Amino acid sequence: MAVAIEAPFHVLAVDDSLPDRKLIERLLKTSSFQGLAFVCVVTTVDSGSKALEFLGLHDHEDSPISAQSDQQEVAVNLIITDYCMPGMTGYDLLKKIKESSYLRDIPVVIMSSDNIPSRINRCLEEGADEFFLKPVRLSDMSKLKPHILKSRCKEHYQQEQHLQSNSESNNSSNPTSENSSSSTSSNSHKRKAVDEEILPHTIRPRHS
Amino acid sequence: MDYSNLRRQAASMKKSLFDQGYLDEQFCQVEDLQDEASPNFVEEVVTLFFKDSGRLMSNIEQALEKYPRDFNRWDTYMQQLKGSCSSIGASRMKNECMSFRDSCGQGNVEGCMRSFQKVKREHAVLRQKLESYFQLLRQAGPAGAATRPVM
Repeated sequence: MAVAIEAPFHVLAVDDSLPDRKLIERLLKTSSFQGLAFVCVVTTVDSGSKALEFLGLHDHEDSPISAQSDQQEVAVNLIITDYCMPGMTGYDLLKKIKESSYLRDIPVVIMSSDNIPSRINRCLEEGADEFFLKPVRLSDMSKLKPHILKSRCKEHYQQEQHLQSNSESNNSSNPTSENSSSSTSSNSHKRKAVDEEILPHTIRPRHS
Repeated sequence: MDYSNLRRQAASMKKSLFDQGYLDEQFCQVEDLQDEASPNFVEEVVTLFFKDSGRLMSNIEQALEKYPRDFNRWDTYMQQLKGSCSSIGASRMKNECMSFRDSCGQGNVEGCMRSFQKVKREHAVLRQKLESYFQLLRQAGPAGAATRPVM
């Protein structure tokens, strides 16, 4: 199946350091991801709590404020976060994301300047998809490619599903996807995109 | 105006910044992100670095006074500063940050104070050198930043 890369790929980058936010934004936008043709849109925030706010999730809630999927909303396709931040750490943020039924399938990348194996393992066990040592380099961006492809593949499949179910309204073998979570808790890179029937993660944009 | 001469001067200045250890390979990584679409990227990041590091250093200065012997707090602030230095390749300044953190680990107040003075000095020196470098680059014209130093 050809994967059509049309819609922008939206990354939410979380880092308390101002120069680092500028760098990660540029790294993401500069990467050609080895020839994938798409536009990378980057939103940067300076804290975990602002990240949760942007994602539509407040600390004490598990579900978004209003999840109306047919409205125009901003989809976040990947979250990349610093580990050491004042207040909510990147690990805390990761946990909150993975505890949320509607956010947990967004791939999360952790960045840290400290090379501590126990920290790295803890993050991976909690569901982080990648761990980057800082300073992050252009060559690290290629590690994001499988996550991008998986996300695009999933969206493309869902678009096809949606079109199919619209034109064949009595087709019971292809149910319209609801927010059914099909992912297991283990963070396997071999998860098949076609087996998942989850809506793209759409979040109402916040105007601040 | 002799642009090729200015470019040579800029290249030479950059080389000496590397030779003297002010900058390391990470600075080259940052330069690699600059292109026609983002022609002032390096200078923009460096400007942000000095703005951010100024703030962080002032936090540390206050903490040294307000929270005596609070090595955890001092170390946490310095960790942030060290991270910023690392991101742009500010090598000498980063090393002084690391000395400070070592002193924190040893519970050595005098060591922290001495290291902090060195951090401040390296910060000031680097700022002056990079300002001169960027000024020269601007005079030399758009092709000025093209070369990597020969190491």
